[in-house]
Amino acid sequence: MMFARKRVTAFAALAVAAAVALSGCASTGGDDGAGDGGDGNLAITFLPKNLGNPYFDTSSKGGKAAVEEFGGTFAEVGPAEATPDAQVSYINTATQQGVGALVVSANDPKAICDALNEARDGGVKVVTFDSDTNPECRDVFINQADSEGIAKVQVDQIAEQIGGAGEIAILSASANATNQNAWIDLMKEYLASDYPDITLVETVYGDDDDQTSFDKTAALLQTHPNLKGIISPTTVGIAAAARYLSTSDYKGKVALTGLGTPNQMREYVEDGTVTSFALWNPEDLGYLAAFAAQALIEGDITGKKGDTFTAGDLGEYTVGDDGVVLLGDPFVFNADNIGEFDF
Amino acid sequence: MTAATTTATTRVIRDFDKPLWRRVLLTREMAIVALLVLVVIVSASTVRGFGQPITLTYLLLDIAPILLIALPMTLVMITGEIDLSVGSMVGLSSVVTGALVQGGIPFEVAALAALLVGLVGGAFNGFLVTVVGLPSLAVTIGTLALFRGLAVGLLGTAAVTEFPEFWTDLAKAKLAGTTIPVVMIPFLLLLVGFILLLHYTPFGRGVYAIGLSKDAARFSGVHVERTKFILFVLSGVVAAFAGVFYTLRYGSARGDNATGLELQVIAAVVLGGVSVFGGRGKIYGVVAAALLIGSLASALRLMNVTSDVINIITGALLVVSVVAASFLAWLQKTRRRPGRPSTGATPTAS
Repeated sequence: MMFARKRVTAFAALAVAAAVALSGCASTGGDDGAGDGGDGNLAITFLPKNLGNPYFDTSSKGGKAAVEEFGGTFAEVGPAEATPDAQVSYINTATQQGVGALVVSANDPKAICDALNEARDGGVKVVTFDSDTNPECRDVFINQADSEGIAKVQVDQIAEQIGGAGEIAILSASANATNQNAWIDLMKEYLASDYPDITLVETVYGDDDDQTSFDKTAALLQTHPNLKGIISPTTVGIAAAARYLSTSDYKGKVALTGLGTPNQMREYVEDGTVTSFALWNPEDLGYLAAFAAQALIEGDITGKKGDTFTAGDLGEYTVGDDGVVLLGDPFVFNADNIGEFDF
Repeated sequence: MTAATTTATTRVIRDFDKPLWRRVLLTREMAIVALLVLVVIVSASTVRGFGQPITLTYLLLDIAPILLIALPMTLVMITGEIDLSVGSMVGLSSVVTGALVQGGIPFEVAALAALLVGLVGGAFNGFLVTVVGLPSLAVTIGTLALFRGLAVGLLGTAAVTEFPEFWTDLAKAKLAGTTIPVVMIPFLLLLVGFILLLHYTPFGRGVYAIGLSKDAARFSGVHVERTKFILFVLSGVVAAFAGVFYTLRYGSARGDNATGLELQVIAAVVLGGVSVFGGRGKIYGVVAAALLIGSLASALRLMNVTSDVINIITGALLVVSVVAASFLAWLQKTRRRPGRPSTGATPTAS
């Protein structure tokens, strides 16, 4: 009998412990759920590919700043691993909460579609950023950069650094990399039309492998003694080339630019090997995505071509074909601003 | 047979000196059921968005693979064995279905092939455990890696996303007029089947007997090896079925589908009162535990609690429940020493 009573007590204790854990969470988490942001429901939830990723930490920072600016409620949720099935649970949760808008970077263009459409049926606006879903599953997509902009910024950077004339080369990813090949073709057109004094002497392929890219950089510099600059439109390539240049005699003599991330390139910008490089700014991307969500919630845009909205400090944006909004020209990182970024 | 039953159940027989209501209500399983009811009531009244019917749909869809796989896992663990390869089998089954559909084979045939893969995989586990005589922990850690490796190797980083709409819609469909997903029908059928098998057949009594004492079970005529082999095969097939469901629900066959699912299943089984040493456990406790974990996760997600914190809370719940159970066993032992030594209920860890 005594024993039975003890068992009851122990289980009661267990139940109470769980209840306390629950209510404890309720008091801290309860008030940042779906809020009623005035006229429209300005509760905006960011769902990146995964949490704990510096790139998405930066984009969510921008999103949060924007949401605070227009007086909405910001929340960031997401799985630990970047898998589509884990994202589905969070999309369902947003549907249940009845948030105003969901801002998603998709782990799979198709797998999260049905869940997103269910959310939209329930009145949730869906904005994708960074990585799109199929167009029929979201209202707008915030595209970080278009091919023309990416090609142009890299050519402009190298032209500025070598004084508008001389031999340059390209260190690309693999020979059949779709994105890189499209950019290289556009770079050639732009060079021909705007910088006739610059000659592209060779394009080599580092296969997005650090060691191969490193070796190809060394070979380029030996084959072309008059080389004045290298463009590497891939984050692996530019980091490997910078590593080679920083310890060679060419440091400071041969210019290097391309697409890189601040964390990879920081030491080479600080030691003077690289003057500037480009990429988009994830913070602006998140900021714009949040304003697009607000515009959708308040009915300023519906996602059809030609709709316009204002995104705070970034100015006015127009929705293009297929509901795509282009962030703008890529962002140029240099010694003056690299300290502000951590991704 | 009477003798066998007596020997095999010495550890639980002591409960029969208490009134029936106490034996039914004051069990670990009932504690989990009570906790589940408590969590649901607290969540429905304090967590915004939890109290709506759609919550049930999402909740059941989310935990359906866990519920399904937990059924055979309960039996496997009652015999004192474990099957860690189930998560990888879900992934492999998903990839097999996807690869075959991509290759132009009708979905129905592909799904049957996936079930066959589950059967073969389960039989492979069973063969290594029962015929070769290796410990199931080691065997299924091996096949966990093996099945996952095959899954990722078959499709690489690609994903197959083109499945017949009829089937993908069915996987997410609700029973007419309710918010209960259709997938609960096969689950309920399996649930009834496994309850009958475990609690109402000589096979089921053999399962408990093996967990309590393999040697005693063997001497009393239980086919120890055959029973275990059958359980591993069932585990493989049900995991493969869960894999087909998983593929349809997310409309996506990927090599990394359901990574780590085995631990969620085992967490539900252990929380539900199945002893990791075997010999003890009830199916309804496991089902309640799976629902409890799912409800907790659902409520916490609605409060925008991050996935790390959800894992911490689920883990803490599991640890607390196991500690509470051991503490009670210890209490019971110390209380029994004076007075009634005759029941001789000191458990020998097998």
